[in-house]
Amino acid sequence: MTSYRDAVRTALQTLLREDPRVFFMGEDVGRYGGPYAVSKGLQEEFGEERVRDTPLCESTFVGAGIGAALGGMRPIVEVMTVNFSLLALDQVVNNAAVMRHMSGGQFEVPIAVRMATGGGKQIAAQHSHSLENWYAHVPGIKVLAPATVQDAHDMLLAAVEDPDPVFVFEHQMLYGIEGPLDTESTPPSPWRAAIRRAGKDVSLIAYGGSVHKALTAAEELEKEGVRAEVVDLRSLRPLDRDTIIESVSRTHRAVVIDEAWKTGSLASEVSAILAEEAFYELDAPIARVCTVEVPIPYAKHLEEAAIPQVDRIVAAARRSVVGG
Amino acid sequence: MTLDISRDDALELLRDMIRIRRLEEKSAELYAKQKIRGFLHLYIGEEAVGVGALHALREDDNIVATYREHGHALVRGIPAGEIMAEMYGKANGCSGGRGGSMHLFSRERRFFGGHAIVGGGLPIAVGLALADKMKGEMRVTACFFGDGATDEGEFHESLNLAALWKLPVLFLCENNRYAMGTALERHVSDSDIANNPPAYGVPSDSVNGMDVVAVQRAVHNEAELVRETSEPRFLELRTYRFRAHSMYDAELYRTKEEVEEYKKQDPIEGFQERGQSDGLFTQADIDAIEADAAKEVAEAVEFAEQGDWEPVETMTRHTYARDLS
Repeated sequence: MTSYRDAVRTALQTLLREDPRVFFMGEDVGRYGGPYAVSKGLQEEFGEERVRDTPLCESTFVGAGIGAALGGMRPIVEVMTVNFSLLALDQVVNNAAVMRHMSGGQFEVPIAVRMATGGGKQIAAQHSHSLENWYAHVPGIKVLAPATVQDAHDMLLAAVEDPDPVFVFEHQMLYGIEGPLDTESTPPSPWRAAIRRAGKDVSLIAYGGSVHKALTAAEELEKEGVRAEVVDLRSLRPLDRDTIIESVSRTHRAVVIDEAWKTGSLASEVSAILAEEAFYELDAPIARVCTVEVPIPYAKHLEEAAIPQVDRIVAAARRSVVGG
Repeated sequence: MTLDISRDDALELLRDMIRIRRLEEKSAELYAKQKIRGFLHLYIGEEAVGVGALHALREDDNIVATYREHGHALVRGIPAGEIMAEMYGKANGCSGGRGGSMHLFSRERRFFGGHAIVGGGLPIAVGLALADKMKGEMRVTACFFGDGATDEGEFHESLNLAALWKLPVLFLCENNRYAMGTALERHVSDSDIANNPPAYGVPSDSVNGMDVVAVQRAVHNEAELVRETSEPRFLELRTYRFRAHSMYDAELYRTKEEVEEYKKQDPIEGFQERGQSDGLFTQADIDAIEADAAKEVAEAVEFAEQGDWEPVETMTRHTYARDLS
C-alpha cells in the first residue's frame, strides 16, 4: 500500500528522472520538503536547479512557470493552497489560459500546477476553501481532481505530458490515505469520470475529498436497502458529461456532492447538465450537498457542520429515493 | 555632438522610425473609418525607443512587449500587412484575428506578445530567461513595460526573482510619464524610476528615449552585459506619447502646451536634422524612405482588405491543442 503523498512524490520522481525539461518549483518544496511533505528528499536527489524553492510571490513564480513553458521547459509548479493561488490568478487566467488562442495557435503553455484544496484540518477561512470551480470556469486550461492514490500518481504524469496548462487539485485530507499503486499498467484517461461503486437507485456524484464521503454514504445506504452508485468526476474541466448522464439514466436520481459553496459551484454545473440533457430520465429533483455559505470556521464542530459530511449525503440520497 | 554612426546605420534607424509612424497614422485613420475597432494604442512620439532597442538586440533574443507594440512588432520583422490584418481582425493577421492591436505574436521571431495586463508580461520574461538558463542558451530576454507597470507587485517580484536566480532579463521601462492618464508624480512615490531596481540588486540606468542613437547604444551595452553575466539589468527609456492613450482618451489630464513642448523633441524630426547636419543623409534620402514607407503602408492596407474573415465555425480552434468536445 502507498500513501497519496508518496504517490505524488513517485510521479514527481519519475518525471524528473525521465525528462530533462521537467523541473519542479514552489514555496518550500526543496529544503523544507514540501508543506505537505510531498517532495521530501527530491532536492537532495535532483538538486536546487530542478527542485527549486521560490520566494513568496505566487503571481510571479506561476508566471515564470508559464514563461518557462513558453521557452520549451515542462515546469511543475506547486502552490501551497488554493487560497494562495488567488494571488496567481492573473497569470493563470490572463496568460496561461489565453496564450494559445490569442496568438492564433503559435504558442503553447505546457505547464502543470499542483495545489492543495479543501477543508477539514481546522485551518480556518484562509487555508480551507475549495475554489476549483473558479479554475474550471476558464476555457484554455484543464482541471483535475485526483481522489485516489492511483489518480494522484497518474494525473500528475498526464498533466505534465499534456500540451495545455493543467491544474491538479489535491484535497489536503487525502495526503495520508493509503491505497494500491500500479506504476506499470497504462492508466485510464484522466479526462473521464469513473464509477467507483455501482448501484441502481441513486447516483452520488462527487470529486476529490468528497468521493470518500460519498462511498461511506453508499455503504450506509446499502444497510437501508438503497443501492447508490458513486461517480468520481476526476476531471473538472473538461467535465465528462457522458458518464454523468449515463449513470443518472440508470439510477434516475442524482445527488451532487461538492465541498465548494453551492452558489455558482461545479455541483450547479453538473445539475444544469442533468437538467438540460437528462431531464426526462429524472424521477426526483436533483439534490446538491455543498458547503454552507460561510467562510470555513476554525472551531471543529463548526467546520464539520459547514462542509459536506456523510450524514448529509445519506439524508439527501434518502430524500431523493423515498421522497419527502 | 555628432552622431558617430555610419550612413547605412543611420538610414536604417530613420527608416524604421518612419515606417512605424506612417503605419500608425494610417491605423488611426482606419480607426476613424471603423476598419479597426477595439483599443488602439499608438506609439507615436516613442518610436526611438522601440527602434533603438530592437536594433541593439539579436535576432535570437526573446521579446516580451506591451499593448503599445505595433512598432516593436514591425521592427522585429512581422510584415506590416500581417500587423494591419490583425488590427482588422482578419484571419491573415499575425495572430489569426484573435488578438488584435494589443496582442501581436510571432513564434518564428521569438516575439512573445503584446501583453495588455500592465505588469503581466514581466513574470513571463523571467520564465523565458529561466528556461534559457536551464537549457544553457546564451539568449537575452528583453521585456518592455511602461512606467505604470512599476506600480504593480509583479514588477517588484520579477526584479527580485530575476536577481535572486541570476536570470538574463533586460528590463526596459518605456517611461512616457503617464500610467494611462495618471502622471508619474501622481502614481509613484519616487518618480525617479531607476532608483528602484538597485534595491533588488539589479543594476539600473536611464537614457533619453527620444534619441534613437542613444537608445541603441544604451540597450546594446546593457544587453551585452546581461549576456556576459547572465544577470538581469534595468534600463529606463525616458520618452513621451504624443497621441492619446488610446482612441477613447479625451486627454483631460495634460495640457496641450505640455504636449507641444515635448513635440519639440520629436525623435524623427530631431534625428533628421542631426543626420543632415552631420552629412549622413540628405533630404532626398528622407524622401526615398517616405516613399517606401507609403508604399509599404498601402500594401499593408491592401493585404488586410483582401484577407478572409475567420469562419465562426472555427472560432474555438486553438483554445486547446486538441478540441475537447
